Amino acid sequence: MAIDWFPLWLSLRVAAISTLLAVILGLWIAYWLAFRQFRGKEILDALVTLPMVLPPTVLGYYLLVLIGRSSPIGKLWETITGSPLVFTWRAAVLAALVHSLPLLVKSARAAMESVDSSYGRAARSLGIGEWSIFSRVTLPLVQRPLLAATALAFARSLGDFGITMMIAGNIPGQTQTMAVAIYDAVESGDGQLARLLVLVISAVALALLWIANRLAPESVA
Amino acid sequence: MILARLKKRFPPRRDSAGFELDVEVQSSAAVTVLFGPSGAGKTLTLESIAGFARPDEGRVMLGDDLLFDGATQVNLPPRARRCGYVFQNYALFPHMTLRQNLEFACGRKPKLERHRLVNEMLDRFRLASMAGRKPRELSGGQKQRCSIARALLAAPRVLLLDEPAQGLDPELRLELYSVLREVRAAFSVPILLVTHDLAECFELGESMYVFHEGKIAQKGTPTEIFDRPANTQVARLLGIYTMLQGDVKTLDPGRNTSTVQVEEFELNGPYLPGKFKGDRVWICMRPEELRALPRDGRVGTNQIPAQLQSVTRRPGAMRLHFDRGLAADVPRLDFEPYRHNKDWAVEFPAATLRVL
Repeated sequence: MAIDWFPLWLSLRVAAISTLLAVILGLWIAYWLAFRQFRGKEILDALVTLPMVLPPTVLGYYLLVLIGRSSPIGKLWETITGSPLVFTWRAAVLAALVHSLPLLVKSARAAMESVDSSYGRAARSLGIGEWSIFSRVTLPLVQRPLLAATALAFARSLGDFGITMMIAGNIPGQTQTMAVAIYDAVESGDGQLARLLVLVISAVALALLWIANRLAPESVA
Repeated sequence: MILARLKKRFPPRRDSAGFELDVEVQSSAAVTVLFGPSGAGKTLTLESIAGFARPDEGRVMLGDDLLFDGATQVNLPPRARRCGYVFQNYALFPHMTLRQNLEFACGRKPKLERHRLVNEMLDRFRLASMAGRKPRELSGGQKQRCSIARALLAAPRVLLLDEPAQGLDPELRLELYSVLREVRAAFSVPILLVTHDLAECFELGESMYVFHEGKIAQKGTPTEIFDRPANTQVARLLGIYTMLQGDVKTLDPGRNTSTVQVEEFELNGPYLPGKFKGDRVWICMRPEELRALPRDGRVGTNQIPAQLQSVTRRPGAMRLHFDRGLAADVPRLDFEPYRHNKDWAVEFPAATLRVL
């Protein structure tokens, strides 16, 4: 029996892109939460954490409303790219992003807050700009915990099921990721395929966790 | 010239007593020392000058530049203040080598120029042989020199040092003093230094501010303050332990003499400007300023009889503790023959009797 590897490749691609986006977005949000004082900071923090506690179906519903074909964002996307956003692999990226972002923001914020404040002060008193401080002092100092969080975020992106089902659907060869394919295989009684996919995704997740643990403990003062 | 007129209130909370800082530091000396016990507001003053803390009211000026003004809401960010700050923990960037730390401070200068400046600093502060090392591979003294060098590379208008000798052993302290003297000689940057070490004030300070509970208790040169503490509180901060209460009995400006009666004893001293006959005064002396003599019968001029209660060892002498809270230092060899003697006389030097 020929095995369809498409779900694995799709999952890896979706996870890679969503992790990249999560790192960029997550670092930015974490920086604001860690170092800046502004109105609504706690609300932003709560909003970012929400995906960790809400059921995936609820998140999926919100996203459907937000980016559906009749929503402003959905329409805008369709005008620009010529195709809808929902029920494409791009929607799967969005699903994985929502799923993994909280983890990244939480870890990055904690790591940034643990950096001794005298480094930032020293740099500021030397006349160095905020961007330079972030890129040349803060970021190198949180490098390891950040890489560990990125590995975890990647693993989490790989495993999203609920939100993906809601907004990307289960279209074989188009939006069917690993997690969804496993569900599909079990539903249709294909035990052999399900077992294989489960083993593959477990092995990948285990490897990522191992990497994350190797990186995590040696955090910088 | 440095001017810092600062007011900042911390209202009392459930877990901490309130604190109010209300100080004015104005100095054009090469080295100004902020002296006082911990919690007196010294570091907060330094942080307000550097821009790390924001006072409620007041004004901070460096020369003609206004850094902070409460009334007109001027508040330059630390980055624009050009205050070189040397932190207690040195705050060297741990992921950079020593050379990288210094180059980072040079900002946007051309590469060659930066290289030259950094090499110059490395040589001056005897760090050239370890330029490639990370901070964690350096000793405390080396880290401190690097931290001072880094602050100087940003061409600061003032160098602020927070307890620089804290945690250094005596030998490294002496090295730090010589480094700071070198900085004073080679760079025309005024130094503002926080310390609770009196010896350090004398070693470095030209101008000195005594902080006490958020206020300035006294200002002047270290010698002035040491010779004439403004009140008993300052005297205590300066380590003056022996305090006797007495009354002014005679005053003679012509002969520059006075007499103070302490219990049934009379002590002669120099004329006391601003005091009147009958005034209640404190006689404040440090143990090393008093002489202790074994007593045989009667008490001589300017002496008070005292019962020896305990003896402690000091680096160069024995410190004898008597009743009435008197303490006096006696050279070890002089004390040895009289170690079992309990009756002593403490002699107050007439020329330098310190009366507050």
